Amino acid sequence: MIDKFVRSMAEAMNGIRDGSTILIPGFGEVGQPNALLEGLIEQGATNLTLVVNSAGRVLPPGAPPNGHVARLIDAGRVKKVITSFVRANSTAGAWVKAGKLEAEVIPQGTLAERIRAAGAGVPAFFTPTGANTLVAEGKEVREYNGRPCILELALPGDVALIEAWSADRWGNLVFRDSARNFNPIMAMAGRLTIVQTAHVVDLGQIPANEVITPGIFVDRILRVPANEPVLPGQGSNS
Amino acid sequence: MSETAFKPLGRNGMAARAALDIPEGWYVNLGIGIPTLIADHIPAEREVIIHSENGVLGVGPAQEAHRPNPWLVNASTHRVTIRPGGAFVDHADSFAMVRGGHLDLCVLGGFQVAENGDLANWAHSATEAGRQIGGAMDLAVGAKRVWVVMEHNTKDGAPRILKHCAYPLTAARCVSRVYTSLAVLDVTERGFIVVDIIPGLSFEELQARSEATLHRA
Repeated sequence: MIDKFVRSMAEAMNGIRDGSTILIPGFGEVGQPNALLEGLIEQGATNLTLVVNSAGRVLPPGAPPNGHVARLIDAGRVKKVITSFVRANSTAGAWVKAGKLEAEVIPQGTLAERIRAAGAGVPAFFTPTGANTLVAEGKEVREYNGRPCILELALPGDVALIEAWSADRWGNLVFRDSARNFNPIMAMAGRLTIVQTAHVVDLGQIPANEVITPGIFVDRILRVPANEPVLPGQGSNS
Repeated sequence: MSETAFKPLGRNGMAARAALDIPEGWYVNLGIGIPTLIADHIPAEREVIIHSENGVLGVGPAQEAHRPNPWLVNASTHRVTIRPGGAFVDHADSFAMVRGGHLDLCVLGGFQVAENGDLANWAHSATEAGRQIGGAMDLAVGAKRVWVVMEHNTKDGAPRILKHCAYPLTAARCVSRVYTSLAVLDVTERGFIVVDIIPGLSFEELQARSEATLHRA
């Protein structure tokens, strides 16, 4: 019998190595797998590359790091972020400024498409997004349909950490509202895809017509309590 | 030169002016800042479908306080609703709507717009520590039309309507129309054409606040 559920966070995090590229979904923490990020902080892997839409929130001067991505950076566990936002007044911004963190800041759609391409076996693609801008520096340019296009590479992860609303033992997943965001494509692009889910359902309870991420993209699932996403300005530090 | 009395449009004034020109049936992405306010100025009976790049098609009004849903936010991470007929999609599909040319319009904020349609709206220099591209480059390249809403001048009075953008570009030759606190300008082969000026401001006074040469319609 296939059963992808693991019984503990330690089991969920087992084998994540130093130097890994970690795919982290979420948009303003909606859809961000905070329980698994907590587990990653505990687990201790370091020298990580994080692929995440935003590298963290603006911080008032002197405030502690806000959010799990900022905490990983502040703990010295991250060598690089690949992201569409690095805010100057954030933990990531301060670390970049100090030369202690590398940041590859790219258009959000290019980020999504590089991840999707990785999951779909497309090694690279050309896109007009970013042509004639700083994003194009060092990239091959070709003209298609009369427009300059730049070469972008697929962006796979060694590990994808996923937040689902509901899951069955085969790893079929559904997401809640706008918490879907990067979750389905990151699940596809992770060599090891680990899911936290708020709800567990029996096989067949998610109708085949309504499965968003099929279990083929999922390796491990951990049930966690359903926590509401924390939005900027709400001040949570966890 | 004596100044006549005029009152520049505020953030909501600019948003309301841009909203007038968005017809029923368009699929529209509204950028962070002033453009987000445009949704409040589109009459409820006019069916305009708002796309938010975090995967919401058919964004509705803000949530009511007694019915919170923290899982449903827009690109500004404001809690919003979804209209009947709306759809949630993942980020790749959301940006396929953007990059695949399916949006009739995106409205972006701006720092500078040049007379050839170049847009700068994400950075003040090539070297600043913060870099916030977000979805702006995808939207500027992918949407069928790109409008910009911004103050006509900087806080220091410097022009934003330029011959060439000084800041790093978001995309080249992408803007077709600009709504400012003082005027509505079309970007054409001839450069900027003035569509509309706020009451009490003359063409010459508008030109004096712009670096690029303006043309009469």
